[in-house]
Amino acid sequence: MNGRILAATTGRILRQLRHDRRTVALLVVVPAVLLTLVYFMYVDQPTPPGAPRTFDRVALIMLGFFPFIIMFLVTSIAMLRERTTGTLERLLTTPLGKLDLLFGYGIAFGLAGVLQSTVASLVAYQVFGLDTAGSPWLVVLIAGVNAVLAVALGLFCSAFARTEFQAVQFMPVVVAPQLLLCGLFVPRGQMAGWLQAVSDVLPLSYAVEALQEVGAHAEPTGTMWRDVAIVAGAAVVALVLAAATLRRRSG
Amino acid sequence: MDDAVAVRGLVVDRGGRRVLHGISCAVPRGTVTGLLGPSGSGKTTLMRAVVGVQTVDAGTVDVLGRPAGTAELRHRVGYLTQAPSVYADLTVRENARYFAVLQGRSRADADRAVSDVGLATAADQLVGTLSGGQRSRASLACALVGDPELVVLDEPTVGQDPVLRADLWARFHAMAAAGTTLLVSSHVMDEAARCDRLLLIREGRLVADDTPAAVRAATGVDDLEEAFLRLIRDGESEATS
Repeated sequence: MNGRILAATTGRILRQLRHDRRTVALLVVVPAVLLTLVYFMYVDQPTPPGAPRTFDRVALIMLGFFPFIIMFLVTSIAMLRERTTGTLERLLTTPLGKLDLLFGYGIAFGLAGVLQSTVASLVAYQVFGLDTAGSPWLVVLIAGVNAVLAVALGLFCSAFARTEFQAVQFMPVVVAPQLLLCGLFVPRGQMAGWLQAVSDVLPLSYAVEALQEVGAHAEPTGTMWRDVAIVAGAAVVALVLAAATLRRRSG
Repeated sequence: MDDAVAVRGLVVDRGGRRVLHGISCAVPRGTVTGLLGPSGSGKTTLMRAVVGVQTVDAGTVDVLGRPAGTAELRHRVGYLTQAPSVYADLTVRENARYFAVLQGRSRADADRAVSDVGLATAADQLVGTLSGGQRSRASLACALVGDPELVVLDEPTVGQDPVLRADLWARFHAMAAAGTTLLVSSHVMDEAARCDRLLLIREGRLVADDTPAAVRAATGVDDLEEAFLRLIRDGESEATS
């Protein structure tokens, strides 16, 4: 890796994003709109005494989910474009290292994910009075780590897609099972044993647990830090796998 | 070491089909060598082998005295792919500056590369809004920005107007005079006359490796397209006799 090349690559990816104003607007606005929908869905639902509001429970997890879904999609398409337009082949004939490219994407879209979750959190806390025992900044931190994980998975999955149509199909494959089994719909402890086992190997389950820890405890807990470390570790593994799919020579 | 590129017995299969059938050829340093042949003859595959991105089934390719694709060569070789490989959602200048950093060059080098291909006035335009010819020149600027010792250009003049085409060829010769080696592919025979040396390939086999004058002399015709035709026919009759 080379610091100058990594910085230039990160800057290049952010500049591409900046030229695409509509994408930036969608990144920032859509989560706020969806949070609004969720707020009004639950606003008249009675809450059992002593239990947290349903909105608080759902919105907290949604804040972690937005950057995961969006950054996975954005990265898969961006990397596929690098492959199909020939820029990847050209990059690999230059002194750029594979990790310069992969970390460049991780940092650039990780920052985009942080921006997105900051705006979404601001709306959730300020407009809809989201109530968590822990700090909103921990929520943004976890969302940022989720974004990096999504970028890493997107970089890896894009190697198996030849067209945009195929790349988009990986979204439900990678995202839907993690969404269903993360504990949002059915608490993980109440799932059948084999479902729990599947849930245990999906990194998003740990991101959701970390967010729930922030919701329930005023100070960051050991469980929360362990979960954040697991998500970050999964991101590193996915980046290494993605590096293995980048070949300087092809047929 | 007189040859910038030395290819020996190069065999490449792509998608279960043999694309190059044991090609041996050389590109002398400081020349403009034309790689000519019809579409599908294996020009791009040969160029990819020279820049080291093509998996090779047999034979060797040495570039500037090293095996093609060696890490150290990535500073010394510039590659222009046939389809313009620049970022459509960046401006011409931003593209050139990015590729300049990858080659350890400055912003001033990037701006110079942009004006050298005649895009100074379009430097702040998004590549996606350019015409096809301009886009391929933007791509060319990114290939030349590192001042490489060997430049491999896959059909750089397609879609350019005649005046610009003449300018580009003049520039290629100026670079060669300054010591750069250029390997330039084309499927247009009238460009063959502009090269110092010619490599003619057809169906993955080398038909000629000589100067334009020698090709003309050997075939006894002045027109290079006609000369190419004769070489192919002679080759075929030898193969059948």
